[in-house]
Amino acid sequence: MSRIVVDARGLLCPLPVIRLQDTARGLPGESELELIGTDPGIMQDVPAWCRINGHTIVDSWHEGNQYHILLKLQQ
Amino acid sequence: MTQRTRKAVALISGGLDSMLAAKVIMEQGIHVEGINFFTGFCVEGHTHAIRKRDQAKPKRNNALWVAEQLGIKLHIVDIIEEYKDVVINPKHCYGANLNPCLDCKIFMVGKARQWMLENGFDFIITGEVIGQRPKSQRRETMPVVARESGADDLLLRPLCARNLPATLPEREGWVERDKLYGFSGRTRKPQMELASQLGLEDYAQPAGGCCFLTDENYSRKLADLWRARGEKNYELDDIMLLKVGRHIRPRPHFKLIVAREEGEGRFLQGYKNRYPHLHPISHAGPLTLIDGTPTPDELELAARIVARYSQGRDADTVEVRSVDGNEEQRLSVTPLKPHEILPEWQL
Repeated sequence: MSRIVVDARGLLCPLPVIRLQDTARGLPGESELELIGTDPGIMQDVPAWCRINGHTIVDSWHEGNQYHILLKLQQ
Repeated sequence: MTQRTRKAVALISGGLDSMLAAKVIMEQGIHVEGINFFTGFCVEGHTHAIRKRDQAKPKRNNALWVAEQLGIKLHIVDIIEEYKDVVINPKHCYGANLNPCLDCKIFMVGKARQWMLENGFDFIITGEVIGQRPKSQRRETMPVVARESGADDLLLRPLCARNLPATLPEREGWVERDKLYGFSGRTRKPQMELASQLGLEDYAQPAGGCCFLTDENYSRKLADLWRARGEKNYELDDIMLLKVGRHIRPRPHFKLIVAREEGEGRFLQGYKNRYPHLHPISHAGPLTLIDGTPTPDELELAARIVARYSQGRDADTVEVRSVDGNEEQRLSVTPLKPHEILPEWQL
């Protein structure tokens, strides 16, 4: 399954979470999404959003001032 | 025949009252999901975290955190565009500052009602308490919110329900009125006691509200923006930038947004491609955005102001780079003296 990239660079929380939530809506279970953002707050908010919705964080990393979170939607 | 589980949508701000309201209804076996609205004016931990000095504080979104503590889903809704009309044309006027609290509550309950209907939920919960807020949470305004939002008796306020006429969920027996509360007034003590009874030990402290529009300094800057542009309107970037930096308007047709420290400088970097900007190069100093169009003479004045906030404030000259799109120039200026930055320029 191809990975869907959600570009939230330049947005402050909670907008990256909203973009992620709106993209995830309607996607099939097990879809993979990669969120890219510049607000370090996503490293706290996205895991919280995943926990309350049953999604899984696969990986997270940062390069320079960009933060990446790879997640898999609940089946 | 078994009755189906009733479903309620709770407005979750991230504060204690909405958390308690949701918990009280969950305790009655109702399925609760949260809804949180992002207006652009929300006071987020992350907004404060822009500033370096606040970075030691935990950076969490309180609404998400509350949902996690309660074990409920949270739907965050972007209402930035629709909300403009609430801020610009409030039917019930502003509060002490540019806070249209009553119109805001009506709007949000109305949006929650729309969400409720679209998602097959039965009623709406808020954490409102009679007398808690001087503008929007008064005995007289409770029916106004219910009526003008369209929610009518599908709007249940669990923390003060016993001071109000019974709503449909109470009359139909979906919830037991006896297990709801009759809080009133500005005191927070009953809520804190209830939190303790319900085992909620950690919650956002109720200080400063959840909206920048209740803040006097922020409202002054927004009023200045409207005055300078000759119309009451804004874009998201405008209202985000009002949260950051030192705002100085030396002339009616332009203002400067001066980073106060490293964290704000990093944030303003993200706007460099959209705004003309100044940056000292001979000395360390703040990145400064220009909102408006100064003349060449006024650009020099702007550079002198920026130089004043640089490490070269006491030097004879400071070199400042000015960038406007593809045009770049270097200005060699004398920093203004402290008394030359007039108090009325500072927003």
